[in-house]
Amino acid sequence: MVKNRKNKIGKLIDDKVFLAVCAFFLALLVLTVILLLIGYSPIECYSSLFRGAFVGKGNLANTLGTSTPLIFAGLSMMVASRSGTFNIGIEGQIIAGAFASAIVGTSFAGLPRIIYIPLCFLVAMLVGGLWGALVALLKRVLQVSEIIIAIMLNYIMDYLTKYLLTYHFTVDGMVIRTEYLPESALLHKMLPLSRLNTGIILAVITVAFVWWLINKTTFGYEMRATGYNPFAAESAGISMRYMPLAAMFISGAIAGMAGAIEVMGVHEYFVADMTAGYGFTGVAIGIMGGGSAVGTLISALVFGSLRAGSATMNRMVSIPGEFIQIFQALVIVFVSTPGIVRSILSRKKQPSWKLRRKTDE
Amino acid sequence: MNNMIAFLVSLLSGSIRMCIPIAFAALGGTLCERSGIVNMGLEGMMLMGAFSAVCGSYLSGSAYVGLLAAVVCGCMMGLILSGLTIRYKCEHVLAGLGINMFAGGFTIVMLQTVWGSRGKSTVVAGLTAWPLPVLNRIPIIKNIIGSVSPFLVLLFVCMLLVQFVLYHTVFGLRARIIGENPYVAGSAGIDVYRTQLICVLCGSVLASIGGAYLSIGDVNLFFKDMVAGRGFIALAIVILGGWKPRGVVLGALVFGAAQSLQIRLQAAEIPPQLVQMLPYVITILALFLVKNQGKAPAAEGTHYYRDGA
Repeated sequence: MVKNRKNKIGKLIDDKVFLAVCAFFLALLVLTVILLLIGYSPIECYSSLFRGAFVGKGNLANTLGTSTPLIFAGLSMMVASRSGTFNIGIEGQIIAGAFASAIVGTSFAGLPRIIYIPLCFLVAMLVGGLWGALVALLKRVLQVSEIIIAIMLNYIMDYLTKYLLTYHFTVDGMVIRTEYLPESALLHKMLPLSRLNTGIILAVITVAFVWWLINKTTFGYEMRATGYNPFAAESAGISMRYMPLAAMFISGAIAGMAGAIEVMGVHEYFVADMTAGYGFTGVAIGIMGGGSAVGTLISALVFGSLRAGSATMNRMVSIPGEFIQIFQALVIVFVSTPGIVRSILSRKKQPSWKLRRKTDE
Repeated sequence: MNNMIAFLVSLLSGSIRMCIPIAFAALGGTLCERSGIVNMGLEGMMLMGAFSAVCGSYLSGSAYVGLLAAVVCGCMMGLILSGLTIRYKCEHVLAGLGINMFAGGFTIVMLQTVWGSRGKSTVVAGLTAWPLPVLNRIPIIKNIIGSVSPFLVLLFVCMLLVQFVLYHTVFGLRARIIGENPYVAGSAGIDVYRTQLICVLCGSVLASIGGAYLSIGDVNLFFKDMVAGRGFIALAIVILGGWKPRGVVLGALVFGAAQSLQIRLQAAEIPPQLVQMLPYVITILALFLVKNQGKAPAAEGTHYYRDGA
């Protein structure tokens, strides 16, 4: 085994963790350049971001609380992508889960807590899962990219819940929202007035469960096989009719849990636009997580701190929180384009992109 | 009777207005997909186009400068997409997704920077419709085609141009071959990368112009997320139109009619949320009607390695 520098770098680049870290810092670098070009001071931005995410008990709790739904969203993305489906419908599935849990949570006020909370979760998972499975079903029937379908379903679910909320479940008041959930349907707040609730424990358990499901069960094996090569999987006897449906059901169910936790642990009611792009952040998290449960957990914490800190940054330097979206986009692009990182690190020449190829002469 | 005619007239002119942005984007999408590159970033390109058009118009005071800005911006977005997918072999879908997300964040941050508001910009100079000499005198017809938006003229020209280039030029033939099998094209001596690059650039510019119509051709301002999924609807329309320029514009027109009907419905007693939901439901239903009959370019979404690696 020759251990020269080149080989080492080659090995490192093949390593997903290294790639993800590189992509992260590359994205940060580009973001800094963009901030400079627009005319913000990156130092001021990042320091207020850091302060907002980590300094003080309340901020730290909010960071963890913001990460909670993101862990679910990232897992949802990861499960789907391991089975070869690109689930960009997570946003819609989260809304579906949130709405379902809010409706159940306000409808059976007398139930004891030990039944009530699991019931809310189950319904949220069921609705989210069905909405996710619908993506896979339509993809199979229509033979169209799941992206188009999922985006359409996102908009449909958004307007559907808004309609149901406005016309059937609203309570009087300034904001159009559902009733407050009764005490017996709420998750404990681990720190008063913060977003942190017992949902985060559930999130960590779900990470472990997903790891087990994917790596240690026959079902997970079949799922991975489908993701690697659907044709090989089919000839090995895995049903291509049901496998994508099942995988997307699980993915959607996990997304639905994120919605339920937002309702039962943070807002305590359902209000329009409460999910605020968690689903799309989940896509970035799933991609940065590189298909591993633990990687997804870590990326979710990273993005959770960014999102939590961006609120403070918004106040201090008045840069909209949406600037996180720019970062998300950069991370997605850099993680999914190893070629960029590779060509920067090993200065070995790539097959060059000559615009003019002179074969005719 | 008179009511009926007035309704139909407004429906028709509404359909044409509604179809313009989607038709531009779908034309752009067709051009990209025919050369084998799936442009999932149409949505983001439209958004950036809409924003840069308003920005250009705001800074210069002329809507034509705004249109030019949208074209330049489309070119840049196209360069990014082709750089990622052709040069660095990024999954087309992920590159497009990145562009969409970037555009969503960037436009809002820039709104804050330029106008100090994160909701919408101020009203800027828009491209006014050109009145047509004779037709704007005839009573009923003048409401439909009495004046014509410069964008509509441009759309018509672009459609014919794309149709001509794809089917009647050597370049178009090469692009279509690449869409079916880039290796065959490559071994026949066609520069695959350059052809794809040109197609993606033109396609992105078209999408960007479609976005510009939304802002400076229609409401004359930019507001957050104003494209609202039209880029993805355009992608569906590319499928509906069978990857053919004329079919795509026709599909966009049908879709425009549906959207125009939607606006009329909003006046009726139907809950607005359900009405707003309509375009997305129609998109899915429409896909049911056509089904993907294998007309898609065979090599779309794949990567071509020149050295055969």
